[in-house]
Parts: sequence; structure tokens; C-alpha cells
Amino acid sequence: MGDKKRISRRRLLAGAATAATVALIRTVSGQTVHAAVGVEDPTKKPGVPPGKMGTRSSFEHLVKKPSDTSSRSPLQDFYGSITPSDLHFERSHNGVPAIDPEKYELLIHGMVERPMVFTLKDLKRFPALSRICFIECSGNFRTGKETLTPQDICGLTSQSEWTGVMLSTLFREVGVSPKASWFLAEGSDAAVMTRSVPVSKGWEDAMIVYAQNGEAIRPEQGYPARLLLPGFEGNTNVKWIRRIELSDQPFMTREETSKYTYAIKDGKIRQFSFVMDARSMITFPAYPVQLEKGWVEIRGIAWSGRGKISKVEVSTDTGRSWYPAQLQEPVLDKAHTVFRLLWRWDGQETEILSRATDETNYIQPTLSQLVAARGEDMGGYHLNPVTAWKIRRDGAVLFRPENWK
Amino acid sequence: MGCLRRYMLWVGAVTRRAATLRMGVFAVLGTVLVLLISGTQRHGGGWARGSGGISGWEAPTDTTGWPASFGFGRAATPQEITAMDISMRPDGKGLPPGSGTAGEGKAIYAIKCSACHGKTGTEGPYARLVGPMGDTTKARTIGNYWPYATTIFDYTRRTMPYNAPGSLSGAEVYSLTAFLLAANKIIDSSAVVDAQSLPRVKMPAHDLYVPDDRRGGPEVR
Repeated sequence: MGDKKRISRRRLLAGAATAATVALIRTVSGQTVHAAVGVEDPTKKPGVPPGKMGTRSSFEHLVKKPSDTSSRSPLQDFYGSITPSDLHFERSHNGVPAIDPEKYELLIHGMVERPMVFTLKDLKRFPALSRICFIECSGNFRTGKETLTPQDICGLTSQSEWTGVMLSTLFREVGVSPKASWFLAEGSDAAVMTRSVPVSKGWEDAMIVYAQNGEAIRPEQGYPARLLLPGFEGNTNVKWIRRIELSDQPFMTREETSKYTYAIKDGKIRQFSFVMDARSMITFPAYPVQLEKGWVEIRGIAWSGRGKISKVEVSTDTGRSWYPAQLQEPVLDKAHTVFRLLWRWDGQETEILSRATDETNYIQPTLSQLVAARGEDMGGYHLNPVTAWKIRRDGAVLFRPENWK
Repeated sequence: MGCLRRYMLWVGAVTRRAATLRMGVFAVLGTVLVLLISGTQRHGGGWARGSGGISGWEAPTDTTGWPASFGFGRAATPQEITAMDISMRPDGKGLPPGSGTAGEGKAIYAIKCSACHGKTGTEGPYARLVGPMGDTTKARTIGNYWPYATTIFDYTRRTMPYNAPGSLSGAEVYSLTAFLLAANKIIDSSAVVDAQSLPRVKMPAHDLYVPDDRRGGPEVR
């Protein structure tokens, strides 16, 4: 105990002798932090002191898969039902704008008594509400090959806790006319996105949300405010919303005519297909997991734009028999619900599937049922088929692709 | 609400004529059930119902104790509204003054559009715009898929060209709209497109459109 010289923590850390104990790590978000990388025995060296922003472990590598127009959430890597905010899926029609919250305004006009402009501060003054719900793009089904992950197949869906003001509160404030039956929602991105929405949805559970999982909504999800229409196809949840116009008819924008419509039988084209039907997806075990013989908890998520999931059934014998899975409480309205089933794999080749039922007693259909209902030219919107993972004897898990043409 | 009133009158009549107490009780219980199921329907018509489940999600917005107006925000001025209101409806409301022809549009298209949409609107690399109804193309084009002509004006003016959205004048957009309608064999190449004539253009795909009839429940649609 002779040495009374103070050794600063910085010197201790910087002067670490053993190989690869402390490194300067540049995180995905661009921060530079000291991280104890591969410390052989963390009980023998001081760790990283508390900081201003948290980090992910350098051993974790969760990423979205971006394309030109969208970016898919890694569903197979998640636990529980809340999507980490920076991994929420993205879809835009001409990129993500950078909007100054001090300059942001929302105009509500048209068939109203009092056309009004609200700043972000104004919106935050109204009585607020928080709710958890999913958002899903209606073009969220990919197939075609075995080597697809849940992210590849249906990664355009995520779940957050959203906080904001009910649109009904704003409708009340401006005095929406009882004769109004539609409203136009317009965004302030480079696509100046517009969709017509039935006013009944506006009064029911629509929100203008400004917070996501406890903090300001992210730019990729619509900073500083977006329209949230629980259960409606993602495109209608207009991000970076700047204007709402009340009307007595739809506006027939490009996104509700040229896009987000699909062929059904007899040459018809289905329009205003708002609600996302019930769906489930096993996220584990899924490609590219290598399964070991023995006990495994099959898990996944199920959701419905019409309300709550009432049950999820899982088959472990290629669809011959089905067992009810456990649903993670609380089961919420229009929300991703985790389901789990304990199973003992005997090493034999098989397929595992899941099938959701929602509170309207709608059962998630097979792809053949969808084709039978809509015809072979049905296009790629609102496809929510039961899917299967093949498990080979060597433990390889692969997607079972189905084509219909 | 008219249905509900008639139902209540029926209940009253039934309970008065009820031979037994039980019939009256069932009538009241039936009314309560109807009220519970229909409780969430409030405003709006036009679009068919069915967006919520049976139980729906009752937004716990209890407005007890709320003032008639919170007084947040400010009144929008007519000038602000005019400046921001750039949308238009199929009946033509919202279309600006101006006009254009296919000939004028062809020149603008060559300079501002052809790089992405191809020389004749068929070659790509981005969205194919031209493909008259009955043509062999599988692509969904203005000619074989778009139900309203006003959408062409609205979309082009707000978003195009992709790398310079909102840079086209009203006259340019009318000209381009005329060019695209003529290329898709919907209007004559000499036709003048303006706020009066555009809403009257009947698009070949218009009558194919039907509203969504999915309702949940046991049927797959």
C-alpha cells in the first residue's frame, strides 16, 4: 500500500497492455465510444464508464435490408413484439426529408367550420394518447426461392408504441362537417404523398403521432409527425404530414389508383383495399437456422388489422395436424402478438407452419385460397398466406416457396 | 341511426303485445346486443363499413370536461389555404388555369421525361407510361389501368421529374398530360387539355374499378 499516486481511469484504459482489450469503436450511429472488445477476463479490467447514449454490443449485428425504395426489418432477430426504433421498416416514394420541427405546420381545411394551422408545439398541447400497433406495407409478401429469411419474405412490418393526439380531437377542434365523408392526407416529402381516407376512420382510431417508443418519431417513420391509421395499409399512414383536407368524395390520387390497387376476378380492379388482414409468420426456426435435434420453442408473430388475434395454430407435420400456440399477453388490438409452441424435433424431415385467426373469425388463408378468391392475376398486394419452413434431416431450415402462375 | 329508431319502436310494440314476459325480455336483450355491436359506428358514409373488428378498439377519449375549443393553433388564412391546396378531384375541382396540347407536351417530354420513361414512354428504365388498352403489354399503364385523367395532372405536377419534383409549370403539366393521353390513344393528338376538358376524359380502365369488399369473417376475398 505504499504507492499513493493516483492513476487516472483514462490512463488505465489507454495503457492497457493486453491485446485487444479496449478499442475506439465507431458505432452505426456515428458515435465514437470506448468499448471493451473481446476482453479476455472482464473481471480483471475496468469497463466503460456511463455515457450519454447507449450502444449495442459489438457482437450484435442487426441490420435492415435496404433497396431503392424500402428497407426490411430483421424479424428473425427480434425478441418480443416491439421493434427497436432504428430497425423499424422503411418505405418512401422519394426519400426521407429533413424537416425542422420549429417550422413544421399541419393545415386542416376543407369541409370544416374553422380551417386551422397547428404547429408541433400546438399538437403536443392537446390531450395525448399512447398505443402499440403494427404498421405493414400492403406489398409485403415475397416468395420464389428457398433461401429467404422472414425479413426477406415479410420484413415490411414493424411495431412501435406511438404517442400523439387522436385525429378525432383535431376534427372536433376544427369542426369537421357532418357531410364530410373523406379526407385527403398529404405529406411533405419529395413525393408529396397523398391518400384519401374515409372520415369514419378519422373519427374512429386515427392519430397524428409525434413520438415513437418514448422519444420523437424518427425521420424514417415521419418526423416530426405522421398520420397513424391502425390496421390500414402502410401507405395510408402518411408520413411528414402537412395537410388534411375534408371532402365529400375521394381525390383519386396516384397511390390509390395506379398503385395500391389490384386485379381480382373478371378483370376487375379492387380499390380502397385499406385493412391488413390477419397474418402470422414463424420467425424461429427459420432460414438460415441450423436446427439441432431435440427441444425447440417455435416462435413467431401474428397480427390483424381488424382487431385482436384470437388464436394462432402451429403445425409441425406439414399441415396434417394443428396445435394452438401460446399467445404472449397482453394481446392487443391491431398489434403484433408473439406466439410460442414448445416442440421436440425428432430429426425427421418435416414442415412447420403457423395459421392465425382474428376476432372476426377470419382464418389466415393459404396461397391457393387467395388465388381461388382473386384469380391468378391477383398481383402482389394484400397477400397474407400461411407459409411453411422445411426442416431437413441435416437440420437445415429452408423456406417453402409457392408460385401460383 | 334511422334503423335503430325503427328497431326501438318494434321492441316497444313487441313488448306491449307480448303474451309472455319472456318475449319482452328477449326483445330488450336483443336491443342491448344490437346497441353493443353497432356502438362504434359514428360518422361518415360513402365507403362501406367493416374497418374495425367486432369489439373494435374503443379509443378512450373521454371528452368529459373538455372545452368546446382548446384554442390551440391559429386560423388558416385564405391565402395560406390557396397556396397549400394543390390537390384536385376527378370532377376537376382544384385544376389550375392553363392549357396544353400533345404537340407541346412532346417537346417537354423529350427533354424532361424521356431519360427515365423512355423515348416513347414504353422503353423505361422506369415506369412504363404508354400502353393503350388492348395492347399486348403486361405493364399497367395510363392507357390500360388508370381510372381518372386528373390523376395524371395531379401526380405529374407534385412529383415529377423525380429528381426535381414540383418544378413543372401548370401549362407544362397540361401539355404533358395531353401528350400522354394522346400517346395512350385516349384523346386526339390535336385536343386541347384544360381545366374544363380534362375531367370529361373517360379513361378506358375506369369501369373496371370496384371497392374493397373484404370484411374479415370466414370468407376469403
